[in-house]
Amino acid sequence: MHLIFRIFFGFGQSADIDIVLNDAETRKKAEHRSEDGRKDKYFLFYDGETVSGKVNVTLKYPGKRLEHNGIKIEFIGQIEMYYDRGNHHEFVSLVKDLARPGELTQSQTFDFEFTHVEKPYESYTGQNVKLRYFLRATVGRRLNDISKELELVVHTLSTYPELNSSIKMEVGIEDCLHIEFEYNKSKYHLKDVIVGKIYFLLVRIKIRHMEIDIIKRETTGTGPNVYHENDTIAKYEIMDGAPVRGESIPIRLFLAGYELTPTMRDINKKFSVRYYLNLVLIDEEERRYFKQQEITLWRKGDIVRKSMSHQAAIASQRFEGTSNPEKFLGHNAEEDTG
Amino acid sequence: MSDPVVADTRRLNSKPQDLTDAYGPPSNFLEIDVYDPQIVGVGRGRYTTYEVRMRTNLPIFKLKDSCVRRRYSDFEWLKNELERDSKIVVPPLPGKALKRQLPFRSDEGLFDESFIEERRSGLEQFINRIAGHPLAQNERCLHMFLQEETIDRNYIPGKLRCDFDDDLPKSSNM
Repeated sequence: MHLIFRIFFGFGQSADIDIVLNDAETRKKAEHRSEDGRKDKYFLFYDGETVSGKVNVTLKYPGKRLEHNGIKIEFIGQIEMYYDRGNHHEFVSLVKDLARPGELTQSQTFDFEFTHVEKPYESYTGQNVKLRYFLRATVGRRLNDISKELELVVHTLSTYPELNSSIKMEVGIEDCLHIEFEYNKSKYHLKDVIVGKIYFLLVRIKIRHMEIDIIKRETTGTGPNVYHENDTIAKYEIMDGAPVRGESIPIRLFLAGYELTPTMRDINKKFSVRYYLNLVLIDEEERRYFKQQEITLWRKGDIVRKSMSHQAAIASQRFEGTSNPEKFLGHNAEEDTG
Repeated sequence: MSDPVVADTRRLNSKPQDLTDAYGPPSNFLEIDVYDPQIVGVGRGRYTTYEVRMRTNLPIFKLKDSCVRRRYSDFEWLKNELERDSKIVVPPLPGKALKRQLPFRSDEGLFDESFIEERRSGLEQFINRIAGHPLAQNERCLHMFLQEETIDRNYIPGKLRCDFDDDLPKSSNM
Protein backbone atom coordinates (compact mmCIF):
# COMPACT_ATOMS: atom_id res chain seq x y z
CA MET A 1 0.00 0.00 0.00
CA HIS A 2 2.67 2.49 1.09
CA LEU A 3 4.79 1.80 -1.97
CA ILE A 4 2.02 2.81 -4.40
CA PHE A 5 1.43 6.05 -2.56
CA ARG A 6 5.11 6.78 -2.52
CA ILE A 7 5.29 6.52 -6.31
CA PHE A 8 2.30 8.81 -6.87
CA PHE A 9 3.03 11.32 -4.17
CA GLY A 10 6.80 10.93 -4.20
CA PHE A 11 7.37 14.48 -5.12
CA GLY A 12 4.92 15.60 -2.54
CA GLN A 13 6.60 13.77 0.34
CA SER A 14 7.47 16.55 2.67
CA ALA A 15 9.85 14.76 5.00
CA ASP A 16 12.61 12.16 5.05
CA ILE A 17 13.04 9.61 7.78
CA ASP A 18 16.31 8.09 8.77
CA ILE A 19 17.01 5.40 11.38
CA VAL A 20 20.49 5.37 12.93
CA LEU A 21 21.65 2.86 15.53
CA ASN A 22 23.57 4.15 18.55
CA ASP A 23 26.29 1.54 18.08
CA ALA A 24 26.48 1.84 14.29
CA GLU A 25 30.25 2.44 14.52
CA THR A 26 31.06 -0.60 16.63
CA ARG A 27 28.41 -3.15 15.80
CA LYS A 28 29.47 -5.95 13.47
CA LYS A 29 27.76 -6.49 10.14
CA ALA A 30 26.94 -9.84 8.63
CA GLU A 31 26.49 -10.81 5.00
CA HIS A 32 23.07 -12.07 4.05
CA ARG A 33 21.80 -13.16 0.68
CA SER A 34 18.60 -11.41 -0.40
CA GLU A 35 15.72 -12.93 -2.35
CA ASP A 36 17.14 -11.82 -5.70
CA GLY A 37 20.45 -13.50 -4.93
CA ARG A 38 22.47 -10.40 -4.06
CA LYS A 39 24.70 -10.43 -1.00
CA ASP A 40 24.43 -7.41 1.27
CA LYS A 41 25.73 -6.51 4.71
CA TYR A 42 23.43 -5.77 7.61
CA PHE A 43 23.87 -4.98 11.30
CA LEU A 44 24.16 -8.23 13.26
CA PHE A 45 22.17 -8.84 16.43
CA TYR A 46 21.87 -11.71 18.87
CA ASP A 47 19.00 -12.79 21.08
CA GLY A 48 18.57 -10.59 24.13
CA GLU A 49 20.55 -7.63 22.82
CA THR A 50 19.12 -4.15 23.14
CA VAL A 51 18.27 -2.30 19.94
CA SER A 52 18.60 1.46 20.41
CA GLY A 53 19.14 4.45 18.22
CA LYS A 54 17.67 7.62 16.83
CA VAL A 55 14.99 8.44 14.30
CA ASN A 56 15.75 11.58 12.31
CA VAL A 57 12.77 13.30 10.71
CA THR A 58 14.04 15.89 8.24
CA LEU A 59 11.61 18.39 6.79
CA LYS A 60 12.17 18.93 3.07
CA TYR A 61 10.78 22.45 3.08
CA PRO A 62 12.03 23.98 6.33
CA GLY A 63 9.43 26.69 6.46
CA LYS A 64 6.49 24.37 5.83
CA ARG A 65 4.86 22.68 8.82
CA LEU A 66 4.36 18.93 8.81
CA GLU A 67 1.05 17.75 10.24
CA HIS A 68 1.05 14.12 11.42
CA ASN A 69 -1.04 11.51 13.18
CA GLY A 70 1.79 10.34 15.40
CA ILE A 71 5.37 9.18 14.99
CA LYS A 72 6.39 5.69 16.06
CA ILE A 73 9.09 3.09 15.65
CA GLU A 74 8.53 -0.68 15.52
CA PHE A 75 10.82 -3.65 15.92
CA ILE A 76 9.42 -6.52 13.90
CA GLY A 77 10.36 -10.13 13.40
CA GLN A 78 8.25 -11.80 10.76
CA ILE A 79 7.91 -14.86 8.57
CA GLU A 80 6.85 -14.38 4.97
CA MET A 81 5.71 -17.30 2.81
CA TYR A 82 6.33 -16.57 -0.87
CA TYR A 83 3.11 -18.24 -1.98
CA ASP A 84 1.10 -16.10 0.42
CA ARG A 85 2.78 -12.71 0.35
CA GLY A 86 -0.12 -10.78 1.76
CA ASN A 87 0.03 -12.58 5.08
CA HIS A 88 3.02 -11.82 7.28
CA HIS A 89 3.33 -13.88 10.42
CA GLU A 90 4.80 -11.57 13.03
CA PHE A 91 6.38 -13.44 15.91
CA VAL A 92 7.96 -10.34 17.45
CA SER A 93 6.23 -6.97 17.31
CA LEU A 94 7.30 -4.11 19.56
CA VAL A 95 6.25 -0.46 19.28
CA LYS A 96 7.58 2.73 20.77
CA ASP A 97 5.58 5.90 20.30
CA LEU A 98 7.94 8.80 19.58
CA ALA A 99 5.47 11.63 19.16
CA ARG A 100 1.76 12.11 19.75
CA PRO A 101 -0.38 13.43 16.85
CA GLY A 102 0.54 17.04 16.16
CA GLU A 103 2.81 18.97 13.89
CA LEU A 104 6.52 19.43 13.32
CA THR A 105 7.75 22.92 12.62
CA GLN A 106 11.36 21.85 12.17
CA SER A 107 13.44 18.74 11.62
CA GLN A 108 13.66 16.64 14.75
CA THR A 109 15.48 13.66 16.19
CA PHE A 110 13.81 11.08 18.45
CA ASP A 111 15.63 8.57 20.67
CA PHE A 112 14.37 5.03 21.00
CA GLU A 113 15.37 1.90 22.85
CA PHE A 114 14.01 -1.64 22.68
CA THR A 115 15.58 -3.23 25.74
CA HIS A 116 16.80 -6.83 25.76
CA VAL A 117 14.74 -7.81 22.73
CA GLU A 118 13.90 -11.46 22.28
CA LYS A 119 15.05 -12.67 18.87
CA PRO A 120 14.24 -16.37 18.99
CA TYR A 121 15.05 -17.35 15.41
CA GLU A 122 17.83 -16.79 12.91
CA SER A 123 17.27 -14.59 9.85
CA TYR A 124 16.65 -16.77 6.84
CA THR A 125 16.03 -16.12 3.15
CA GLY A 126 15.12 -19.29 1.32
CA GLN A 127 13.43 -20.63 -1.76
CA ASN A 128 9.87 -20.39 -0.50
CA VAL A 129 10.05 -18.58 2.79
CA LYS A 130 11.79 -15.64 4.39
CA LEU A 131 12.30 -14.78 8.06
CA ARG A 132 13.43 -11.26 8.69
CA TYR A 133 13.89 -8.66 11.40
CA PHE A 134 13.66 -4.93 10.81
CA LEU A 135 13.02 -1.56 12.40
CA ARG A 136 10.27 0.54 10.86
CA ALA A 137 9.82 4.23 11.67
CA THR A 138 6.51 5.76 10.61
CA VAL A 139 5.18 9.29 10.46
CA GLY A 140 1.42 8.86 10.28
CA ARG A 141 -0.36 11.14 7.81
CA ARG A 142 -3.95 11.55 6.66
CA LEU A 143 -3.58 10.12 3.17
CA ASN A 144 -0.22 8.37 3.14
CA ASP A 145 2.22 7.52 5.90
CA ILE A 146 5.90 8.28 5.52
CA SER A 147 7.93 5.30 6.66
CA LYS A 148 11.45 3.88 6.54
CA GLU A 149 12.72 0.41 7.25
CA LEU A 150 16.12 -0.68 8.48
CA GLU A 151 16.82 -4.34 7.81
CA LEU A 152 18.72 -6.27 10.51
CA VAL A 153 20.21 -9.73 10.61
CA VAL A 154 19.96 -12.07 13.60
CA HIS A 155 22.16 -15.10 14.22
CA THR A 156 21.31 -17.80 16.75
CA LEU A 157 24.34 -19.20 18.54
CA SER A 158 24.85 -22.54 20.20
CA THR A 159 27.64 -24.11 22.19
CA TYR A 160 29.24 -27.52 21.76
CA PRO A 161 26.47 -30.04 22.39
CA GLU A 162 26.89 -32.33 25.37
CA LEU A 163 25.88 -35.35 23.37
CA ASN A 164 27.36 -35.65 19.92
CA SER A 165 27.48 -39.28 18.95
CA SER A 166 29.00 -40.49 15.72
CA ILE A 167 26.89 -41.93 12.95
CA LYS A 168 27.83 -45.50 12.04
CA MET A 169 25.74 -47.77 9.86
CA GLU A 170 25.94 -50.85 7.68
CA VAL A 171 23.84 -50.62 4.53
CA GLY A 172 23.66 -52.25 1.16
CA ILE A 173 21.88 -54.34 -1.41
CA GLU A 174 21.62 -58.03 -0.73
CA ASP A 175 24.48 -59.99 -2.32
CA CYS A 176 25.60 -57.01 -4.42
CA LEU A 177 27.02 -54.24 -2.26
CA HIS A 178 27.59 -53.94 1.48
CA ILE A 179 29.23 -50.89 3.00
CA GLU A 180 29.74 -49.52 6.46
CA PHE A 181 29.79 -45.76 6.63
CA GLU A 182 30.83 -43.66 9.58
CA TYR A 183 30.71 -39.92 10.23
CA ASN A 184 32.57 -38.70 13.33
CA LYS A 185 29.66 -36.59 14.64
CA SER A 186 25.93 -36.10 14.20
CA LYS A 187 26.05 -32.38 15.02
CA TYR A 188 28.43 -30.09 13.17
CA HIS A 189 29.00 -26.34 13.48
CA LEU A 190 29.12 -24.25 10.32
CA LYS A 191 32.94 -24.13 10.16
CA ASP A 192 33.41 -27.73 11.20
CA VAL A 193 34.94 -30.63 9.29
CA ILE A 194 33.11 -33.85 8.52
CA VAL A 195 35.56 -36.66 9.15
CA GLY A 196 34.43 -40.12 8.22
CA LYS A 197 35.07 -43.28 6.31
CA ILE A 198 33.42 -45.76 4.00
CA TYR A 199 34.39 -49.40 4.50
CA PHE A 200 33.57 -51.90 1.76
CA LEU A 201 32.34 -55.27 2.99
CA LEU A 202 31.11 -56.66 -0.32
CA VAL A 203 31.54 -55.30 -3.83
CA ARG A 204 29.89 -57.28 -6.60
CA ILE A 205 29.10 -54.32 -8.82
CA LYS A 206 31.53 -52.25 -10.87
CA ILE A 207 31.77 -48.93 -9.08
CA ARG A 208 33.22 -46.03 -11.00
CA HIS A 209 33.20 -43.36 -8.34
CA MET A 210 31.73 -42.24 -5.04
CA GLU A 211 30.71 -38.81 -3.86
CA ILE A 212 29.15 -37.21 -0.84
CA ASP A 213 26.53 -34.52 -1.33
CA ILE A 214 25.19 -31.99 1.16
CA ILE A 215 21.48 -31.55 0.62
CA LYS A 216 19.43 -28.76 2.12
CA ARG A 217 15.72 -29.43 2.48
CA GLU A 218 13.42 -26.50 3.09
CA THR A 219 9.96 -27.59 4.22
CA THR A 220 7.08 -25.13 4.19
CA GLY A 221 3.40 -25.55 4.95
CA THR A 222 1.62 -27.94 7.24
CA GLY A 223 -0.61 -30.99 7.01
CA PRO A 224 -1.65 -31.84 3.45
CA ASN A 225 0.07 -28.75 2.06
CA VAL A 226 3.61 -29.66 3.02
CA TYR A 227 6.16 -28.75 0.37
CA HIS A 228 9.77 -29.87 0.35
CA GLU A 229 12.37 -27.99 -1.64
CA ASN A 230 15.63 -29.92 -2.00
CA ASP A 231 18.80 -28.16 -2.96
CA THR A 232 22.18 -29.82 -3.43
CA ILE A 233 24.58 -27.44 -1.73
CA ALA A 234 27.71 -29.47 -2.37
CA LYS A 235 28.96 -32.42 -4.37
CA TYR A 236 32.29 -33.73 -3.20
CA GLU A 237 33.99 -36.69 -4.87
CA ILE A 238 35.65 -38.94 -2.31
CA MET A 239 36.67 -41.84 -4.52
CA ASP A 240 37.57 -42.28 -8.16
CA GLY A 241 37.88 -45.87 -9.31
CA ALA A 242 36.73 -49.34 -8.29
CA PRO A 243 37.05 -50.39 -4.65
CA VAL A 244 37.35 -53.98 -3.45
CA ARG A 245 36.40 -55.74 -0.24
CA GLY A 246 38.23 -54.55 2.83
CA GLU A 247 39.05 -51.14 1.42
CA SER A 248 38.50 -48.05 3.51
CA ILE A 249 37.93 -44.67 1.90
CA PRO A 250 38.43 -41.59 4.11
CA ILE A 251 36.14 -38.57 4.12
CA ARG A 252 37.27 -35.08 5.03
CA LEU A 253 34.78 -32.40 4.10
CA PHE A 254 35.33 -28.80 5.25
CA LEU A 255 31.97 -27.11 5.75
CA ALA A 256 33.31 -23.55 5.84
CA GLY A 257 33.50 -23.47 2.08
CA TYR A 258 29.75 -23.82 1.59
CA GLU A 259 26.79 -21.54 2.14
CA LEU A 260 25.04 -23.21 5.04
CA THR A 261 22.62 -22.12 7.76
CA PRO A 262 21.99 -23.75 11.13
CA THR A 263 19.39 -26.53 11.16
CA MET A 264 16.01 -24.88 11.78
CA ARG A 265 13.27 -27.18 13.05
CA ASP A 266 9.61 -26.20 12.83
CA ILE A 267 10.21 -22.45 13.15
CA ASN A 268 7.10 -20.89 14.63
CA LYS A 269 5.32 -23.95 13.16
CA LYS A 270 5.82 -22.44 9.71
CA PHE A 271 8.94 -23.94 8.15
CA SER A 272 12.00 -26.11 8.63
CA VAL A 273 15.47 -26.15 7.13
CA ARG A 274 17.28 -29.45 7.49
CA TYR A 275 20.50 -30.83 6.16
CA TYR A 276 21.38 -34.29 4.90
CA LEU A 277 24.55 -36.03 3.86
CA ASN A 278 23.91 -38.12 0.79
CA LEU A 279 26.45 -40.81 0.06
CA VAL A 280 26.27 -41.72 -3.64
CA LEU A 281 28.00 -44.59 -5.43
CA ILE A 282 27.87 -44.63 -9.21
CA ASP A 283 28.65 -47.74 -11.23
CA GLU A 284 29.98 -48.14 -14.75
CA GLU A 285 26.50 -47.99 -16.24
CA GLU A 286 25.62 -44.74 -14.44
CA ARG A 287 23.43 -46.57 -11.96
CA ARG A 288 23.28 -44.72 -8.65
CA TYR A 289 23.22 -46.26 -5.17
CA PHE A 290 22.66 -43.82 -2.34
CA LYS A 291 22.14 -43.47 1.38
CA GLN A 292 20.87 -40.27 2.97
CA GLN A 293 21.54 -39.33 6.57
CA GLU A 294 20.44 -36.23 8.44
CA ILE A 295 23.00 -34.09 10.28
CA THR A 296 22.37 -31.17 12.60
CA LEU A 297 24.16 -27.91 11.83
CA TRP A 298 24.65 -25.21 14.46
CA ARG A 299 26.30 -21.81 14.62
CA LYS A 300 29.28 -21.34 16.90
CA GLY A 301 30.15 -17.94 18.39
CA ASP A 302 33.39 -16.32 17.21
CA ILE A 303 36.68 -16.93 19.06
CA VAL A 304 37.27 -14.37 21.82
CA ARG A 305 40.60 -12.43 21.62
CA LYS A 306 41.78 -13.94 24.90
CA SER A 307 42.34 -17.39 23.50
CA MET A 308 44.35 -15.99 20.58
CA SER A 309 47.02 -14.54 22.88
CA HIS A 310 46.98 -17.80 24.81
CA GLN A 311 47.84 -19.59 21.57
CA ALA A 312 50.68 -17.12 20.94
CA ALA A 313 52.05 -17.74 24.44
CA ILE A 314 52.12 -21.49 23.84
CA ALA A 315 53.84 -21.00 20.48
CA SER A 316 56.62 -18.86 21.95
CA GLN A 317 57.40 -21.49 24.59
CA ARG A 318 58.53 -23.84 21.84
CA PHE A 319 61.47 -21.61 21.13
CA GLU A 320 62.60 -20.97 24.70
CA GLY A 321 66.36 -21.14 23.96
CA THR A 322 66.39 -18.32 21.40
CA SER A 323 63.46 -16.19 22.50
CA ASN A 324 65.12 -14.75 25.61
CA PRO A 325 68.44 -13.01 24.70
CA GLU A 326 68.87 -11.45 28.19
CA LYS A 327 69.15 -14.84 29.81
CA PHE A 328 71.84 -15.91 27.33
CA LEU A 329 73.98 -12.84 27.95
CA GLY A 330 73.60 -13.22 31.69
CA HIS A 331 74.99 -16.73 31.48
CA ASN A 332 78.01 -15.55 29.50
CA ALA A 333 78.67 -12.73 31.95
CA GLU A 334 78.65 -15.19 34.81
CA GLU A 335 81.16 -17.37 33.01
CA ASP A 336 83.51 -14.45 32.46
CA THR A 337 83.67 -13.58 36.08
CA GLY A 338 83.84 -17.24 37.20
CA MET B 1 35.65 -27.18 28.54
CA SER B 2 38.22 -25.36 26.43
CA ASP B 3 37.18 -24.45 22.94
CA PRO B 4 39.47 -26.17 20.38
CA VAL B 5 40.58 -23.67 17.76
CA VAL B 6 41.37 -26.20 15.02
CA ALA B 7 39.18 -29.21 14.35
CA ASP B 8 40.70 -32.67 14.60
CA THR B 9 40.77 -33.96 11.03
CA ARG B 10 42.77 -37.11 11.57
CA ARG B 11 41.45 -40.17 9.77
CA LEU B 12 39.13 -42.51 11.58
CA ASN B 13 40.58 -45.87 12.51
CA SER B 14 39.92 -48.64 10.05
CA LYS B 15 40.70 -52.31 9.84
CA PRO B 16 43.78 -53.15 7.78
CA GLN B 17 42.84 -54.78 4.48
CA ASP B 18 43.48 -58.47 3.94
CA LEU B 19 46.17 -58.82 1.26
CA THR B 20 44.26 -61.46 -0.67
CA ASP B 21 41.36 -59.05 -0.87
CA ALA B 22 43.64 -56.23 -1.93
CA TYR B 23 45.49 -58.09 -4.67
CA GLY B 24 43.11 -60.90 -5.57
CA PRO B 25 40.58 -60.79 -8.41
CA PRO B 26 37.70 -58.43 -7.63
CA SER B 27 34.35 -60.01 -6.74
CA ASN B 28 32.61 -58.11 -9.53
CA PHE B 29 34.18 -59.84 -12.52
CA LEU B 30 31.65 -60.08 -15.35
CA GLU B 31 32.50 -60.04 -19.03
CA ILE B 32 30.27 -61.01 -21.90
CA ASP B 33 31.53 -61.27 -25.45
CA VAL B 34 29.21 -61.32 -28.45
CA TYR B 35 31.20 -62.59 -31.45
CA ASP B 36 31.49 -65.07 -34.32
CA PRO B 37 28.44 -64.14 -36.42
CA GLN B 38 27.23 -67.10 -38.53
CA ILE B 39 24.52 -67.07 -41.15
CA VAL B 40 22.11 -69.94 -40.67
CA GLY B 41 19.52 -71.33 -43.09
CA VAL B 42 18.82 -70.83 -46.79
CA GLY B 43 17.14 -68.30 -49.05
CA ARG B 44 14.62 -65.96 -47.49
CA GLY B 45 14.66 -67.85 -44.16
CA ARG B 46 18.23 -66.96 -43.40
CA TYR B 47 19.26 -65.31 -40.14
CA THR B 48 22.41 -64.51 -38.24
CA THR B 49 23.43 -66.07 -34.92
CA TYR B 50 26.10 -64.83 -32.54
CA GLU B 51 28.16 -66.58 -29.90
CA VAL B 52 27.43 -65.16 -26.44
CA ARG B 53 30.19 -66.07 -24.02
CA MET B 54 30.00 -65.07 -20.37
CA ARG B 55 32.83 -65.21 -17.87
CA THR B 56 32.13 -64.24 -14.29
CA ASN B 57 32.86 -64.87 -10.63
CA LEU B 58 29.51 -63.57 -9.37
CA PRO B 59 27.92 -66.24 -7.18
CA ILE B 60 24.44 -65.58 -8.60
CA PHE B 61 25.38 -67.18 -11.92
CA LYS B 62 25.49 -70.97 -11.78
CA LEU B 63 28.16 -71.30 -14.46
CA LYS B 64 31.32 -69.24 -14.23
CA ASP B 65 32.02 -69.74 -17.90
CA SER B 66 29.17 -70.27 -20.36
CA CYS B 67 28.75 -70.16 -24.10
CA VAL B 68 25.48 -70.07 -26.09
CA ARG B 69 24.28 -69.12 -29.58
CA ARG B 70 21.68 -66.42 -29.89
CA ARG B 71 19.95 -64.46 -32.66
CA TYR B 72 18.60 -60.90 -32.65
CA SER B 73 15.03 -61.96 -31.84
CA ASP B 74 16.33 -63.75 -28.72
CA PHE B 75 17.74 -60.46 -27.50
CA GLU B 76 14.37 -58.85 -28.22
CA TRP B 77 12.65 -61.57 -26.21
CA LEU B 78 14.96 -60.88 -23.25
CA LYS B 79 14.30 -57.13 -23.44
CA ASN B 80 10.55 -57.68 -23.44
CA GLU B 81 10.68 -60.10 -20.52
CA LEU B 82 12.70 -57.68 -18.44
CA GLU B 83 10.52 -54.71 -19.31
CA ARG B 84 7.44 -56.64 -18.28
CA ASP B 85 8.65 -58.27 -15.09
CA SER B 86 11.14 -55.91 -13.57
CA LYS B 87 11.19 -52.23 -12.73
CA ILE B 88 14.39 -51.68 -14.63
CA VAL B 89 14.73 -49.16 -17.39
CA VAL B 90 16.11 -51.54 -20.01
CA PRO B 91 18.82 -50.12 -22.27
CA PRO B 92 18.05 -49.94 -26.00
CA LEU B 93 18.87 -52.65 -28.51
CA PRO B 94 20.45 -51.85 -31.85
CA GLY B 95 17.79 -51.18 -34.49
CA LYS B 96 15.47 -53.75 -36.08
CA ALA B 97 16.62 -52.65 -39.54
CA LEU B 98 13.33 -53.48 -41.28
CA LYS B 99 14.44 -51.59 -44.35
CA ARG B 100 17.31 -53.99 -44.78
CA GLN B 101 14.81 -56.85 -45.12
CA LEU B 102 13.27 -55.32 -48.26
CA PRO B 103 14.35 -56.65 -51.67
CA PHE B 104 16.23 -54.78 -54.39
CA ARG B 105 18.93 -53.36 -52.13
CA SER B 106 22.30 -52.43 -53.55
CA ASP B 107 24.07 -54.04 -50.57
CA GLU B 108 23.71 -57.40 -48.79
CA GLY B 109 20.81 -56.14 -46.62
CA LEU B 110 20.74 -57.96 -43.30
CA PHE B 111 23.89 -59.83 -44.12
CA ASP B 112 25.99 -56.84 -44.98
CA GLU B 113 29.32 -57.12 -43.17
CA SER B 114 29.43 -53.66 -41.70
CA PHE B 115 25.80 -53.93 -40.59
CA ILE B 116 26.48 -57.22 -38.83
CA GLU B 117 29.47 -55.71 -37.08
CA GLU B 118 27.42 -52.68 -35.98
CA ARG B 119 24.70 -54.97 -34.67
CA ARG B 120 27.14 -57.28 -32.92
CA SER B 121 28.70 -54.34 -31.11
CA GLY B 122 25.30 -53.01 -30.07
CA LEU B 123 24.20 -56.41 -28.78
CA GLU B 124 27.41 -56.79 -26.80
CA GLN B 125 26.91 -53.39 -25.17
CA PHE B 126 23.30 -54.23 -24.40
CA ILE B 127 23.96 -57.58 -22.74
CA ASN B 128 26.89 -56.32 -20.66
CA ARG B 129 24.83 -53.41 -19.37
CA ILE B 130 21.85 -55.51 -18.46
CA ALA B 131 23.77 -58.44 -16.95
CA GLY B 132 25.53 -56.09 -14.55
CA HIS B 133 22.26 -54.72 -13.16
CA PRO B 134 21.57 -56.14 -9.67
CA LEU B 135 17.83 -56.34 -10.37
CA ALA B 136 18.20 -58.00 -13.76
CA GLN B 137 20.45 -60.63 -12.16
CA ASN B 138 17.46 -61.69 -10.13
CA GLU B 139 15.34 -62.55 -13.18
CA ARG B 140 15.16 -66.15 -14.45
CA CYS B 141 14.95 -65.00 -18.06
CA LEU B 142 18.42 -63.48 -17.92
CA HIS B 143 19.95 -66.69 -16.60
CA MET B 144 18.18 -68.77 -19.20
CA PHE B 145 19.32 -66.41 -21.95
CA LEU B 146 22.97 -66.50 -20.89
CA GLN B 147 23.48 -70.01 -19.62
CA GLU B 148 20.98 -72.44 -21.16
CA GLU B 149 21.49 -73.81 -24.63
CA THR B 150 18.01 -72.98 -25.88
CA ILE B 151 15.46 -70.47 -24.76
CA ASP B 152 12.22 -72.06 -23.64
CA ARG B 153 9.63 -69.46 -24.56
CA ASN B 154 7.07 -71.34 -22.48
CA TYR B 155 9.09 -71.01 -19.31
CA ILE B 156 7.62 -69.76 -16.07
CA PRO B 157 8.90 -66.24 -15.45
CA GLY B 158 10.10 -65.45 -11.96
CA LYS B 159 12.78 -64.27 -9.59
CA LEU B 160 15.75 -66.13 -8.21
CA ARG B 161 15.80 -64.61 -4.72
CA CYS B 162 12.46 -64.32 -2.95
CA ASP B 163 13.42 -61.76 -0.32
CA PHE B 164 14.83 -59.24 -2.80
CA ASP B 165 13.36 -55.77 -2.61
CA ASP B 166 11.82 -55.17 -6.03
CA ASP B 167 10.71 -51.64 -5.39
CA LEU B 168 13.99 -50.06 -6.32
CA PRO B 169 13.84 -47.53 -9.13
CA LYS B 170 16.77 -46.64 -11.38
CA SER B 171 18.48 -45.08 -8.38
CA SER B 172 18.76 -47.68 -5.67
CA ASN B 173 18.22 -46.42 -2.14
CA MET B 174 20.25 -48.51 0.25
